[in-house]
Amino acid sequence: MASDEPLPDAHTSTGWAPTLRTMDPATENDVELLSRLRDGDEAAFVTLVTRYNGSMLRLARTYVPSAAVAEEAVQDTWMGVVRGVDRFEGRSSFKTWLFRILVNRARSAGTREPRDLLLTDDSPAVDPSRFDAGGAWARPLESWETDADDRLLAATWSGRLRDALGELPPRQREIVILRDVEGMDSGDVCDVLGISEGNQRVLLHRGRSRLRAALESEFESRGR
Amino acid sequence: MLLRRREDLVCQQVVELVSDYLEGALSRSNRKRFEAHLRVCPNCTNYLEQMRATIRATGTLTPDDLSPEARAELTDLFRNWRGEGS
Repeated sequence: MASDEPLPDAHTSTGWAPTLRTMDPATENDVELLSRLRDGDEAAFVTLVTRYNGSMLRLARTYVPSAAVAEEAVQDTWMGVVRGVDRFEGRSSFKTWLFRILVNRARSAGTREPRDLLLTDDSPAVDPSRFDAGGAWARPLESWETDADDRLLAATWSGRLRDALGELPPRQREIVILRDVEGMDSGDVCDVLGISEGNQRVLLHRGRSRLRAALESEFESRGR
Repeated sequence: MLLRRREDLVCQQVVELVSDYLEGALSRSNRKRFEAHLRVCPNCTNYLEQMRATIRATGTLTPDDLSPEARAELTDLFRNWRGEGS
């Protein structure tokens, strides 16, 4: 859109964009933004920050004890990005590159337990008391199929889900965040975290199983 | 998990295989046993659907918005960096 065209209502100024860009920042892709960032374009930087900062904070919090330390790790990462943008060769997506930098910084800032300790969670996906002696469900399992999406998307469920995500052991949480919140594929997640596909699957399984159980208990306590 | 061959899966085993199933990581024979169990077990079918619904719901969680202060702070850092660089 040319800068002398009137703005449609949906595009009213957000206050931070110093000049009207030729593309809507919400849809401009990372590669284009990076190329402008290399030229020192502040608006491109702000667009990238707006796009990823929240995700980065959530991920950083799985490594460090406080929100303040997480913010420092995220800021540090952005500075690493602007200094290192010339070294980004596009072999991975920008997001994968960004998260890898973040994980490295957050790990060194963090005081998390040794990595292998956290792989020892072998709690079952479902409480054993739910099964009979032969390993079959002791009572019927509710179907969520009818209006499942509406119920799951309701603000109350997403609040419970958000809490449950926050309560996951950190290694499960980081993987659920990357895979299911951020929608990264398993190869990229292994790349970002430096773990094997097998370990990733185990952690993903534990994490997703716990979230399901949290939603189930929420549904049962509130009734249908 | 270790599965004994040629035995039917029980529900308690199926729930531990759900993620490997969804990730396409089950061997061909275990996938067949998994799917054979689902065909006769409405509870595990519901369980699989609950897991899928959980994954979809997790995908709708959005991060908190960036506060104006945090945005301003980062923008300042950027300006400083650009000032140093040029």
